[in-house]
Amino acid sequence: MTNQRTISRESDLSGQEYQWGFVTDVETDIAPKGLSEDIVRLISAKKEEPDWLLEWRLKAYRHWLVQYETENEPSWANIDYPKIDYQDIYYYAAPKSSSQAPKSLDDVDPEMLATFEKLGIPLQERAALAGVAVDAVFDSVSVATTMAKQLGELGIIFCSFSDAVKKHPDLVKKYLGSVVPYTDNFFATLNAAVFSDGSFAYIPPGVRCPIELMTYFRINTEGSGQFERTLIVADKGAYVSYLEGCTAPFRKTHQLHAATVELVALDDSEIKYSTIQNWFPGTPEGEGGVYNFVTKRGRADKNAKISWTQVETGSAITWKYPSVILKGDNSVGEFFSVALANNHQQADTGTKMIHIGKNTKSTIVAKGISAGKGNNTYRGQVQIMPGAENATNHTQCDSLLVGDECGAHTVPYIEVRNPTARLEHEASTSKVSDEQLFYLRARGLSEEEAHHMIITGWSRDVIKELPFEFALEASQLLKVSLEGAVG
Amino acid sequence: MTFATVPAAVEKYSTAFEAAETRKNSESPAWLNSTRRQAWATFSELGIPTRRRGNELWKYTNLRPLAEAEFSFGEAGSVSLDALKSNGPWDDSWDTIVVVDGVYSDSLSNLHGTSGLVAGSLASAISSGSGEVERLLSSLAGREEYAFTALNTAFIDDGAYVQIAEDSSLDSPVQVVFVTSGPGHDGDSSRATYPRLLVDAGENSSLTLIETYINLSGSAQLTVPVVEIFAGRGSVVRHHRVQMENEQSFHIGTTRVNQLADSTFSSTTFAVGASIGRNDIHTQLAEPGAECTLRGLYMTGGQQHQDQEISTTHAKPHCSSHQYYKGILSGRSRAVFSGKVVVERDAQKSIADQKDLNLLLSRGAEIDAKPSLEIYADDVKAAHGATAGHVDRNTLFYLQSRGIDEDAAKAMLVRGFAEEMLDDFKPKALRDFVERVTDYRIKILLDESDTIGTA
Repeated sequence: MTNQRTISRESDLSGQEYQWGFVTDVETDIAPKGLSEDIVRLISAKKEEPDWLLEWRLKAYRHWLVQYETENEPSWANIDYPKIDYQDIYYYAAPKSSSQAPKSLDDVDPEMLATFEKLGIPLQERAALAGVAVDAVFDSVSVATTMAKQLGELGIIFCSFSDAVKKHPDLVKKYLGSVVPYTDNFFATLNAAVFSDGSFAYIPPGVRCPIELMTYFRINTEGSGQFERTLIVADKGAYVSYLEGCTAPFRKTHQLHAATVELVALDDSEIKYSTIQNWFPGTPEGEGGVYNFVTKRGRADKNAKISWTQVETGSAITWKYPSVILKGDNSVGEFFSVALANNHQQADTGTKMIHIGKNTKSTIVAKGISAGKGNNTYRGQVQIMPGAENATNHTQCDSLLVGDECGAHTVPYIEVRNPTARLEHEASTSKVSDEQLFYLRARGLSEEEAHHMIITGWSRDVIKELPFEFALEASQLLKVSLEGAVG
Repeated sequence: MTFATVPAAVEKYSTAFEAAETRKNSESPAWLNSTRRQAWATFSELGIPTRRRGNELWKYTNLRPLAEAEFSFGEAGSVSLDALKSNGPWDDSWDTIVVVDGVYSDSLSNLHGTSGLVAGSLASAISSGSGEVERLLSSLAGREEYAFTALNTAFIDDGAYVQIAEDSSLDSPVQVVFVTSGPGHDGDSSRATYPRLLVDAGENSSLTLIETYINLSGSAQLTVPVVEIFAGRGSVVRHHRVQMENEQSFHIGTTRVNQLADSTFSSTTFAVGASIGRNDIHTQLAEPGAECTLRGLYMTGGQQHQDQEISTTHAKPHCSSHQYYKGILSGRSRAVFSGKVVVERDAQKSIADQKDLNLLLSRGAEIDAKPSLEIYADDVKAAHGATAGHVDRNTLFYLQSRGIDEDAAKAMLVRGFAEEMLDDFKPKALRDFVERVTDYRIKILLDESDTIGTA
């Protein structure tokens, strides 16, 4: 029976391709392919960056070169891909019109605005209606930031990374690389050398950001890599909820996405970071798609809280471990994730919770769905350092298998160096049970509807953590991504 | 920039290998000589795995002290029967094979000529020219890219051989005692031994097997045992592993089990000894209907390091596996639990569960647990769990409020945690022995404990 499903899946797929796979015809300003010190200098010059930042990039580049030559590209993840030719990638591709930076939304290239319409994020209306401030990053260059004025009145800074470097150099200099240093790992080092843009947010002490901040990422140029860098700082007692969405056009070649996200939650603050990752997953035959090699980490000071929520349905390969360093006493880290791997997708994703402070607490809820020939690995690390008195962790990771050619793997690492810590880890792997399906079918649902209902219900613990509109989108995405995998 | 990597510590073993080879070559059959040479080639390429970065198998266990230690490879020493009886489980009614420093001892072994059982020296099983021995020996361990099975296989000479005939059901256990006598022939350095055990359980046979490691020397020894167990169709093998090395020694053990249709293999490990102790068990569920249950209790104190490397492969449908381990850690000791269950593509209707629970009694103790699942079939039920915790103030208070003094209450709580594992050791003499050792160890661990009942 399962075989029949797989066969019918193949035939269904022609009509079920990646619906965000359009290419926008925007003139782009691209630097030649390949990576060298000159390219790093060029990117920095294009951005009119100060010397200290150029120096930082160059240090990162030199460190990367050593890593590259000693073949230190991470190989421990349960993913399989041909060797990346780092000289065959465009490291800088900006929409041309952005060299005359848009003063207001009216100045933004209409083609580009149409792209965002297609993506379902009309910048003006929807942002205003939904109360979402959007910073759209198009091939690594921030296009426009909406609602900056309203935020400005509260002292909140929300702008593109390059703007922040120009207007708030002290803040950037203080926090850049403080959580993810340029020496962190192969891809974070590469990012530090060549990052082109990203978002920056700063919430002043005691301010509760009244709206959700949002960034939309899109890779447009063929053969380009996207290396955005996001830095969010919540000052003492501040609160912010940040959303991130990602899409890429349909390309038969692989695109590299090596982003870095740093979160700094100072004493008593809270950062909630939600991601819907829908990069192009490749064709059903496994051609093309985005390599999503991302480093995300937050530092939580005293009484601070960092919460990561992610719905990962895209990318050919996902290598991503949003982490929290629980440095301050009583700090809290959370990780809620749904990762889906269909067709030939591979996902190796999870989290790291590093407990340093006393009474620190972390919660991990990870749900992995494997379908088609997809492989999904949960890889998580919970580390209790000797000083983390009374630390607690609860981890739950569940896997669901749809079809008999996929794989679901769970690799938790639990390291406890303080006897007063309490840790619990539980995980389960199962398929959608015939009894549940039969029950819903008997009530008139098609097999596909029944599957969708069961999977949405099963993922509910994670989806409910997302802001409202994102929750709807996530549920839709799961449905679309799984269409044809069953029934 | 590339660094030439020299496999660690190979040269220390090469003189001994060459000496042993010259000595054994003329006596051994050609197939064994070639097996030994291939294994040596593998070991000399790999060396002692001291590199931990990017090396999942040794991520948490640092073998540098082992790689740096010097060992001798002398003639087998002598031990007394009384020493065996007082340092390990013993029952005169059991069929017992004693292997001293890797060599079978006829005078110490206690065999009753039980019908259906062939038990004795591995060397004589090899020289008997049995095709079965040739077919089985090193087919599960010794030909893969793994330094310690290769090292043991390169030195295969003697050890123990246990074979149960088809449809035979043994009432009384079979024990194999591997004992390290003391320093090697040059007196001052420590000895390296490579015990080997081959178990062949015929179709529908039933066996209780006790594998015991005793160390009678007071200095650092290296023991690298390899055990291969073949569980025939419908057979039932109950395995117990008791590791009681001294606290200076290195014990890097490997057990490989192959299970045919409808066989049942259960194993309980009792690991309390060694400075660095490793218990690596892999069971291959090679045919439908096989079931394995792997359990164990590890207790560490002082500077000890215990590593449980437990894995099961479901190669065929309708198999089930259960892994359940418990650890008690005190002092500045460290323990590792690395469990793995692989369910292969065809292995539908598999059931797998995995659990590791730990009790930490002191600051400075560390547990690293990695219970992992790798699943390639969809009709599978798999679950795993791991916990780490301590004995809190309330629990202790509860017992004290009922008139139990503090020390007794602490011992009772720790013993209670261990109890369900001790229950697995069914033969009475064995049960009495592990209970005695457990109670003795708990006293030591509690003396080193600085946090029990404090938070």
